[in-house]
Amino acid sequence: MSRTRKTAHMTLVYILLTVGALMMLMPFYYMLSTSVKAPEELYVNRLVWFPSKIVWGNYADAWNEEPYFPRYFFNSAFIATVTTALQLLTSALAAYAFSNIDFWGKETVFMILLGTMMIPSQVTLVPNYAIIARLGWIDTYKALIVPFTASVFGIFMMRQFFQTIPMEMWDAAQIDGCSRFRYLWAVMVPLARPIFVTSGLFTFIGGWNSFLWPLIVTNSDHLRTIQVGLSRFNQEFGTRPDLLMAASTLAIAPLVALFFVAQNQFIQGIARTGLKS
Amino acid sequence: MKPSHSRKYARDTAAAYLYLAPALAILIVFHFFPAFYALYLSLFDTNLFGRWNWVGLGNYTELLHDQDFLRSLANTGKYVLGTVPVGIALALAIAGLLNQPIRGLASYRTAFFLPYVTPVVAISIVWTWIYKEDSAGMLNAILSWFKVSPQAWLLDPKWAMFALCLMSIWRHLGYNVVIFLAGLQNIPAEYYEAAEIDGASGWAMFSKITWPLLSPTTYFITIISIIGSFQVFTQVYVLWPSALGGPLGTTRVVVKYLYDMAWGSYQFGYASAIGYMLFAIIFVLTLIQRNMAGRYVHYQ
Repeated sequence: MSRTRKTAHMTLVYILLTVGALMMLMPFYYMLSTSVKAPEELYVNRLVWFPSKIVWGNYADAWNEEPYFPRYFFNSAFIATVTTALQLLTSALAAYAFSNIDFWGKETVFMILLGTMMIPSQVTLVPNYAIIARLGWIDTYKALIVPFTASVFGIFMMRQFFQTIPMEMWDAAQIDGCSRFRYLWAVMVPLARPIFVTSGLFTFIGGWNSFLWPLIVTNSDHLRTIQVGLSRFNQEFGTRPDLLMAASTLAIAPLVALFFVAQNQFIQGIARTGLKS
Repeated sequence: MKPSHSRKYARDTAAAYLYLAPALAILIVFHFFPAFYALYLSLFDTNLFGRWNWVGLGNYTELLHDQDFLRSLANTGKYVLGTVPVGIALALAIAGLLNQPIRGLASYRTAFFLPYVTPVVAISIVWTWIYKEDSAGMLNAILSWFKVSPQAWLLDPKWAMFALCLMSIWRHLGYNVVIFLAGLQNIPAEYYEAAEIDGASGWAMFSKITWPLLSPTTYFITIISIIGSFQVFTQVYVLWPSALGGPLGTTRVVVKYLYDMAWGSYQFGYASAIGYMLFAIIFVLTLIQRNMAGRYVHYQ
């Protein structure tokens, strides 16, 4: 390619990317600008692109209109954190068995686990609800946490990593009188830190964003997650875009912050394994 | 095997199951068993509490004649066709642009990826207002620059499905872009250099090098997108909070119908049968794709 053609080509690339990126960011701009608009710029029959004054009070209003908002945030953070911690624990233990121990039934159990990954969660929705109801767990934290404390994908990812740790290390540790559990805890887990971070990140987001399950297994105000609470807030304040956008911003902000902190883990986790939250 | 060996094997097996126990207990109770329990439930007319009437395959035969169910299937099919091909084509185009020697790659990638990290409920509320039927809606405001008159995107049966698809494409694009970009970066640069020396056109390079070598990635994204699209629920629930799934039911998808049957009218057996139908459809589609993959997917 000649130099001028190359320049023209790259200019076109930049233009297309910039236009595309702006289009992708528009809804965020709409959300943020609407969340700080004054009523006289909201209820007019046209869109005010640039609010003439910034009304931060909308955030306080949204927060005060729904007295349970702090509770919703706490619930989501609590559920997502506990689920993530427990899921990492059960995954590490199981992955250790699959990667480091020769045992009876290993292949069969592993194949069955992989097979369950094919079942869409909507198929098990009704039976799981029935099980939770039978256990008397409807409207409890247990219902929101326990079913998600183990994940085949989590086990699979960690097993893949554990397998790359040479068995000679275990042989050496054994000579030093190291127990299996100590070896897992003190040697393998630290080595697998990047996997823990990536896997934990996606589990946390999955917990924070989950909607259908908390919607069906909870019904009291104080147990609602932020997503369920927000959906109810939407139904109640359907005519107040300022409050709705403020509330949505608050629900989205933690995740965007998390994304900026752990951007590389996000991108690489998806690029390498096709992780979905 | 020597006795000492078999004793070690037995000991190892015991240890292994000890390590597996927590994960297995949860997975058996909440994943493995429910898959069969759903099948059992689907053979009953039940509200899970008082009413338990055995109907055999009755729920399934009823489903095949249930106009609402067939419609929800058709709606889901439209949603899949409306999101998957466009979503993949756009993602591939953007990944191709990002794969050029550009400055500010990280910022562009962030812009495209950001929608994917947003919770569906929150972002659906935002889009509810973007789709507002008067000129205060953002989409209508933008279209007014091009002299297009305002449309009732969410209320007009003609546009509701389009609105649902557009938002979903927007939210998922970044995920596909990241995977395509990784796939593109795996194609050795020497192939393009050699082709350039031979004077190959841009299109020839795309169709002879990029597309075939990218086919495993495209295949993966296609399967993941189709499976994901069949399971759509939250967007529909939030965008149309009052209706039974869009104007005249035009966006009532399968999972929304399942939800309405189970938690709206307490037909849990019937809802289980819907779940199984969904499973069967996804399963068959995956098999067909796996079959086609043998013919069209080239692994390096």
